[in-house]
Amino acid sequence: MPIDIDIAHVARLARLDLSDAELEQYRAQLGDILEHAARVQGLEGDPSTESEHPLGFVNVYREDEVRPSLDRDEVLAQAPESMDGYFVVPPALESE
Amino acid sequence: MTVTDLTVVAAGERLRSGSTTSTELVEAVLDRASRTEAQLHAFLNIDRDGALESAAQADAELAEGKDRGPLHGIPIALKDNMCTRGLETTASSQILAGYVPPYDATVVTKMRDGGAVLIGKTNLDEFAMGSSTENSAYGPSFNPWDIGRIPGGSSGGSAAAVAAGSAFTALGSDTGGSIRQPASLTGIVGMKPTYGTVSRYGLIAFASSLDQIGPLSKSVEDAAATLETIWGHDPLDSTSFSGEYPDPRAALSKGVEGLKIGVVKELAGEGYEPDVESAVAEMVEQLHSAGAEIVEVSLPTFDIAMSAYYLIAPAEASANLARFDGIRYGHRADGSTTEELMARTRAEGFGPEVVRRVLLGTYALSAGYYDAFYGQAQKVRAAVQEDLERAYQSVDVLVSPTSPTVAFKAGDRVDEPLSMYLADICTIPMNLAGDPAISVPIGLDGQGLPIGFHVMAPALGEEVLFGVAAEVERLAGFDARPEIPVVAE
Repeated sequence: MPIDIDIAHVARLARLDLSDAELEQYRAQLGDILEHAARVQGLEGDPSTESEHPLGFVNVYREDEVRPSLDRDEVLAQAPESMDGYFVVPPALESE
Repeated sequence: MTVTDLTVVAAGERLRSGSTTSTELVEAVLDRASRTEAQLHAFLNIDRDGALESAAQADAELAEGKDRGPLHGIPIALKDNMCTRGLETTASSQILAGYVPPYDATVVTKMRDGGAVLIGKTNLDEFAMGSSTENSAYGPSFNPWDIGRIPGGSSGGSAAAVAAGSAFTALGSDTGGSIRQPASLTGIVGMKPTYGTVSRYGLIAFASSLDQIGPLSKSVEDAAATLETIWGHDPLDSTSFSGEYPDPRAALSKGVEGLKIGVVKELAGEGYEPDVESAVAEMVEQLHSAGAEIVEVSLPTFDIAMSAYYLIAPAEASANLARFDGIRYGHRADGSTTEELMARTRAEGFGPEVVRRVLLGTYALSAGYYDAFYGQAQKVRAAVQEDLERAYQSVDVLVSPTSPTVAFKAGDRVDEPLSMYLADICTIPMNLAGDPAISVPIGLDGQGLPIGFHVMAPALGEEVLFGVAAEVERLAGFDARPEIPVVAE
C-alpha cells in the first residue's frame, strides 16, 4: 500500500526548515517505514482495554508545597540570549 | 585477571578488605580508557578530576567505617542522556552542544548517594534513537570484540565501556531495546526494569511511555546491585511506582527447578543467524536439564509489535523534542521571526535519524491519519499486553534471543532505517508491555562475537527474572574477554 505524504506540510508542523532535496529524501524513507508500520492495521479483534500505562496507573499530583526551584541565573546562563531575567526571542507575531 | 576485569561484587570485596582503594580502581579504569578510547570512543566526556575527588571521598568514608552500599567507591559510567549538574550533557546531539544542566537526574543523585564514582558520560545514538551508536553527532562508538563493528545501541557507549573495563558498571536507557541489544552485542549483562520503577526525572525524554533506565554490567549480580542503587519511588516522576518493590537478589541462587519457561515461537526463524539460534536452543536445553519445564509459547501480536513501536515511539518523540527550539538552551540559528528561528535551529541541530522520527511522529499524529496509525498502534500495544498476560498464566518467564544477529559491521545499515529498526525486534515487545527483561551473554558465534540470551518476566517480576538470569549465567559459564588492540598511552 503506497502511502502519500504531504511532507512539506508535516515539516512545517514539526518546525523543521528542510531543503527540497531533504524533503524528497525523507518523503521516500517515511513511505517505506509507514508501509511497514501499516501492518498495525492487520490486528485481529479489538483489545479489551486501551493501552495507557503498563501498570494501570492513573495520573498523580504531588503535594502543593513550597520548595526551592532552580536558580534563575544558572538557568538563564544556558539560554542563547537573555535579558533582565527573561529569554529573548525575535518577534513572535507579525505586526499589523 | 586485571583489576579492570573485576565485577562490582569482587571489587567491593577488595575495597572492604582493604586490599585496594577506590582511588586505585579509578586510576585503573582511567588508564584502561586512555589506552582504549581511541579505538572504541565509548565516552563523550571523561571527568578525571571529579572522579579522583569522589574516589578520595569514598576512601575516606570507608576508612571511617561509613559504607554506602554495593557501589560505594565503584567507578561507573552514565549514558549522556542523563542530566549531571555542572557536567555537559548533550544526548549526542548538536542541538545540546555545550549544555550544562543546572540539576542532577534522580538516578545521578542516587548513584552519588550510593557512593558510586562517576568516570564519565558515554556515547549514544542521538537522543537514544538508533541501534548502533552510529547516529551520534560526535562520531560512532565501536565494539571491543571487533573494532570494525558497532557495539549496538543506543546505549552503545555504556556497553563498550563496561565490556572494555573502562567502567565497572554503567547506566543506559531502554526505549525499544537500547540497553539489552548493546549488552548482547558486547558480551555483558543488560537489564530493563519494570516501567515506573526507576525514575525518569532528568532523563532527556525520547518516548516517555517506553523509556526506562537500567544497568549494563559484567554479571547478573552486578546488575542487581546497580538496580538496587537506582530504583525506588520518586515524587519528581509522575509515572513512578509507589507500591512494594521486588527483591532482585532473593532468587539469585535458587536455580530453575520447577519453573516453567516459555520459548517465544515468533522470535525465531527468518532473519535470525544460525549461530544465534543454536546457542539459544542449547541454553534452553541446559535449562531443561537444570530442572525447568520448557514449553513453546505463541504470542501472535509480537509479529506486529515493531510496527506499533515505530508509530508510538516517534509520536511521543515528536512531542518531547518540541522543547528543543533554540530559546531556553542549546544551539540557536538566526531567524527574523520566532518560528523561523525555531525551524532553522531544529533543522541545523538535529541529525537525520532524529529528523526522520520527528517527521514520522508528526505525521502519525496529524489530522486524518491519527486513527489509522497512532490510534491503531495503541490498540496493538494493548493487544501485546493481553497476549503476554495470557502467556504468563501458564509460564513463569519467556525466553528468546536478545538480538537476531551478532554485532554488525560499522556502516552496514546506516542508510537503511528499516533494516536498522529490525535489530530491536526481540526487545520491543517488553517496552510496549512495560515488563522487565534482561540479556545475559551465553557464548560466541563462529566469528568470536558475543550472543545474548533474553529473559522476560511479568511486571514487577524482577525476583524470578534475576533468578533465571543467574542460572543462565552459571550454565553458560561465559568468561571470555575481548582483546582490544591497545595503543600506547
